[in-house]
Amino acid sequence: MDLIIPTISQGLLWSLLAIGVYITFRVLDIADLTVEGSFPLGAATVAACLTAGWSPVPAMIAAAFTGMLGGIITGILCTKLKIPALLAGILTMIALYSINLHIMGKANISLLQVDTVFSLYAISGMSQANMILIIGLISVVFTSVACYLFFGTEIGAAIRATGCNPHMIRANGVNTDITIILGLLLSNALVALSGALVAQSNGFADVGMGVGTIVIGLASVIIGEVLFGTRSFKNCLISVILGSIVYRAVIAIVLQMGMPPNDLKLFTAILVALALAMPLFQAKLNKRKAAKN
Amino acid sequence: MLRIENIAKTFNPGTITEKIALRDVSLHLAPGDFVTVIGGNGAGKSTLMNSIAGTFPVDKGKIIIDNEDITKWPEHKRARYIGRVFQDPMMGTAANMQIEENMAIAARRGKTPTLRWSAPAAQQKFFREQLKTLNLGLEERLESKVGLLSGGQRQALTLLMATLVEPKLLLLDEHTAALDPKTAAQVLAITNEIVTKRHLTTLMITHNMKDALACGNRLIMLHDGKILIDVKGEEKKSLTIKDLLAMFEKAAGSELNSDALLLS
Repeated sequence: MDLIIPTISQGLLWSLLAIGVYITFRVLDIADLTVEGSFPLGAATVAACLTAGWSPVPAMIAAAFTGMLGGIITGILCTKLKIPALLAGILTMIALYSINLHIMGKANISLLQVDTVFSLYAISGMSQANMILIIGLISVVFTSVACYLFFGTEIGAAIRATGCNPHMIRANGVNTDITIILGLLLSNALVALSGALVAQSNGFADVGMGVGTIVIGLASVIIGEVLFGTRSFKNCLISVILGSIVYRAVIAIVLQMGMPPNDLKLFTAILVALALAMPLFQAKLNKRKAAKN
Repeated sequence: MLRIENIAKTFNPGTITEKIALRDVSLHLAPGDFVTVIGGNGAGKSTLMNSIAGTFPVDKGKIIIDNEDITKWPEHKRARYIGRVFQDPMMGTAANMQIEENMAIAARRGKTPTLRWSAPAAQQKFFREQLKTLNLGLEERLESKVGLLSGGQRQALTLLMATLVEPKLLLLDEHTAALDPKTAAQVLAITNEIVTKRHLTTLMITHNMKDALACGNRLIMLHDGKILIDVKGEEKKSLTIKDLLAMFEKAAGSELNSDALLLS
């Protein structure tokens, strides 16, 4: 029972990552591995800023900003230099590993001795766990409303059209290099922000904390889409956020049932592989049904 | 309106798959000219179209629209002046977006997108009126996703979108070729109506000789990367398929042996 609130909170903090992955994977139709570097990049930036005495909000803005830079680099690699998007993301991810070490100065920074967004603005009488829930909720509501509004604008529509049909949007006068870079920038800013929030709630930033984040993001997106639908953009955003919470709940449940934590990533990978193969299974199933009739 | 001067294009130069697609092609279109373009496979029709649209750079020559040299402009910048309909009905519209959203994008073709709301309710009336002219009932489906439409409906919508902002040049790249005969005739009729009513300067590739003769005020035939035949006005009106074949034999010194062109 006492696992429910932390599970929802974690789901909310990680849902910014899921929204970021949704923007690249579904809206732009790119599997962007930059995420694995920009998540710890956000954590590293916020940790470095907080230990240097910044207050949490500017530190998180800085984290989102460094995430943007990561996205821009991948964007330039895959548009201006014509490197395939998957490889461009891998290159940035690897480069960011070194950069993150530079930012932190070491592999791990503890945040237990500094004020974080969860401790500094704590309302008296409220537990840290509840504070994480409230701050998580505020960040997710703010981010998803901002995303919804942004993708309704002319620039947002151009980014959506780029992922859907680049020929069409070029024939209508939009430079797809710019829209791809913009989408990657936005996505990685959200991922870095997610990293910054998770680091503060965990009480540390670690250079290795990005491993597997793309898979976690994909799992959230796919679980959300399957369970909560994809009727409209608004519906998709809500699905992805709920998907992130459900993913955390699934993890909490399997750990409770005694699965060793070391197998967590294996479990997630299998889950995502099955979910991605779902359309194929469904088609086969339908075919068999049709054959029977 | 359109001036093409000595453009040439070779694909994969210097390799075993080298293909000379255009050899010193020059073409002048007067404002309001509706030119049909025919030619066998590999004659250079699509290369000519894509060179004008800016899909790839040309090796030499100049492309000028309304006295502006656009030879070095990238594809998306040329969209300011050029409306396009592709052969593949899927290529001209964004399937995951609503009809309304697609039209809103087309309604600002050539303008840099801003942070204004993309599909304001104020535009709906205008979109509905425009869709009504197609006579396909699409005006009742503004919020449907384009992916739900048939190929013919999508092609008609693309045509409407390409002309929503009046283009200085309209490029139609075999835009009825992928449709069934009945739908193709319907889309062609809509094309004729839009182009002639609004006097749009138009270049239309077709591999249907009958269509090429029936539409437009001028016809050019490409062969081996060159313009072989160019007839206009009264001479074109009285032209028959037989005349065309005779002209081809005389000009090319060989018999026309493209099945696709003869059978259709």
